[in-house]
Amino acid sequence: MREILEILEKNSKATTGEITAMTGYSEAEVADAIAEFEKNGTIRGYKAVINWDKTDRDFVTALIEVKLTPQRDKGFDRMAARIYKYPQVRACYLMSGSYDLTVIVEGAGLKEVAMFVSEKLSVIDGVLSTATHFVLKKYKDGNILLEGKEDDDREAIVL
Amino acid sequence: MTTPERFIKESIRSMPPSGIRKYFDLINELEGVISLGIGEPDFVTPWSIREAGIFALEQGHTHYSANAGIKELRKEIATYLDRKYKAHYNPDNEIIVTVGASEGIDLALSAILEPGDEVIVPEPSFVAYKGCVLTNGGTPVSLPLKEDNLFKIDPGALERAITNKTKAVIIPFPNNPTGSVMTGPELEEIVRVLEKKDLLIISDEIYSELTYGFEFRSMATFPSIRDRLILVNGFSKSHAMTGWRLGYVCGDARFVKHMFKIHQYALMCAPTVAQYAGIEALRNCDDEVSDMVGEYDRRRKFLLKGVRDLGLKCFEPQGAFYIFPNITSTGMTSDEFCEGLLREEKVLVIPGTAFGDSGEGYVRATYASSMENIKEALERMERFLTRRKGN
Repeated sequence: MREILEILEKNSKATTGEITAMTGYSEAEVADAIAEFEKNGTIRGYKAVINWDKTDRDFVTALIEVKLTPQRDKGFDRMAARIYKYPQVRACYLMSGSYDLTVIVEGAGLKEVAMFVSEKLSVIDGVLSTATHFVLKKYKDGNILLEGKEDDDREAIVL
Repeated sequence: MTTPERFIKESIRSMPPSGIRKYFDLINELEGVISLGIGEPDFVTPWSIREAGIFALEQGHTHYSANAGIKELRKEIATYLDRKYKAHYNPDNEIIVTVGASEGIDLALSAILEPGDEVIVPEPSFVAYKGCVLTNGGTPVSLPLKEDNLFKIDPGALERAITNKTKAVIIPFPNNPTGSVMTGPELEEIVRVLEKKDLLIISDEIYSELTYGFEFRSMATFPSIRDRLILVNGFSKSHAMTGWRLGYVCGDARFVKHMFKIHQYALMCAPTVAQYAGIEALRNCDDEVSDMVGEYDRRRKFLLKGVRDLGLKCFEPQGAFYIFPNITSTGMTSDEFCEGLLREEKVLVIPGTAFGDSGEGYVRATYASSMENIKEALERMERFLTRRKGN
């Protein structure tokens, strides 16, 4: 059944019929497995990978290093929740090393992101410091190249 | 005769050009062809292997290597064969790194064939076997493989095919074009026949990594025939490295030393940069290989189901990356089917006859192509078959 997840991870548009053909499971088995994965939270959602640079949407991404003071009993989790619940936060990871959280924030422009950091993020109790790095260009996201591709350049050969 | 052709020896002059040629010419005339015709991985070589090749260039590894290949690579090949297949070869004198596995086949044949010598070639099979036997002055003898027997070698038929002129037999599994693979117990029966006969055995195991649902047994694991077995393998299919031209041939040291002479005079050595990349491939790329195999397997099942749903009979291939459907129910010959499909729907599959006369009634389609291409090709085939049924 893990194979079904691997197929969907590569192409969330794969239909039940296609997955059935690819795996050899019955159509009912595939449908049931997907329903169960969705129900138990293994599959958290389906989405398209979009290169927004191709559009006229103004858009910046920033990676913010956040240092925190951990709270008694709750560790970092409660503080992380206070941060990741903002819709501007696209990803949030607890890190080993010299800082605690990596927060990926998206906004319409530098100013919007800067405002978020100064007015929302750094004022949260327990946030010791932040360091904001703006993304200049995305080459690859979610294991998908955002531009260019390696074309099929196989030539006709007798074999 | 006044053309320079008069210098060409008879055995080459009388060799027909490949039957696939005309399809390639047709492709060049047509736009938007989906090719399920080419027998090579659609994957690009895994990045870490390419990176190792780039690093080798940066380091200036641009010279010849030792004739037999870089020692480190030969050691890796020995380790790999042991680790994967429990086959044992001494990297010092039992392994030659070759320019693709095809050089290995040619080396073995050119080392043994004298005029009149026969080589048993199971067919349908890879076009180069017969070609290499002919260019080396031997006589190929076809051993037809039957769909009823899942395109495997029948031990009785093999025994009957062997005459006092038989110098060698080629064992081509996993098979191009059928996708058939022989299991360990089935190979044991073949070996029992071969044990009784005095001939050389060339086992072409280039697709050994690409099997689905069972463990591959190498012919090199049978001690009773080891001293007259030539094992041919390479990097093209397993590691998607066709263009690097890198393979290897293994055998008993007393045989290999003679193949070595031909190799050193004809080719000197395999491309050095490719050899450095090959070290990385064998050392660190098991995960990449198993990812590719997993992807091939999904496409295999998808394409197999697809052609069966079109009403074509097709046995389930367990290796390589081909399916070999039976198209006799359409009333067309292999050639008519392939030419019609290409002209009318712009899908290229290869007529079974390209792989020997016993391939009549079949076509070869590869699933070394993206799932999108396979889906689109199946839709086009359906239109083609529906139209033909209407006529």
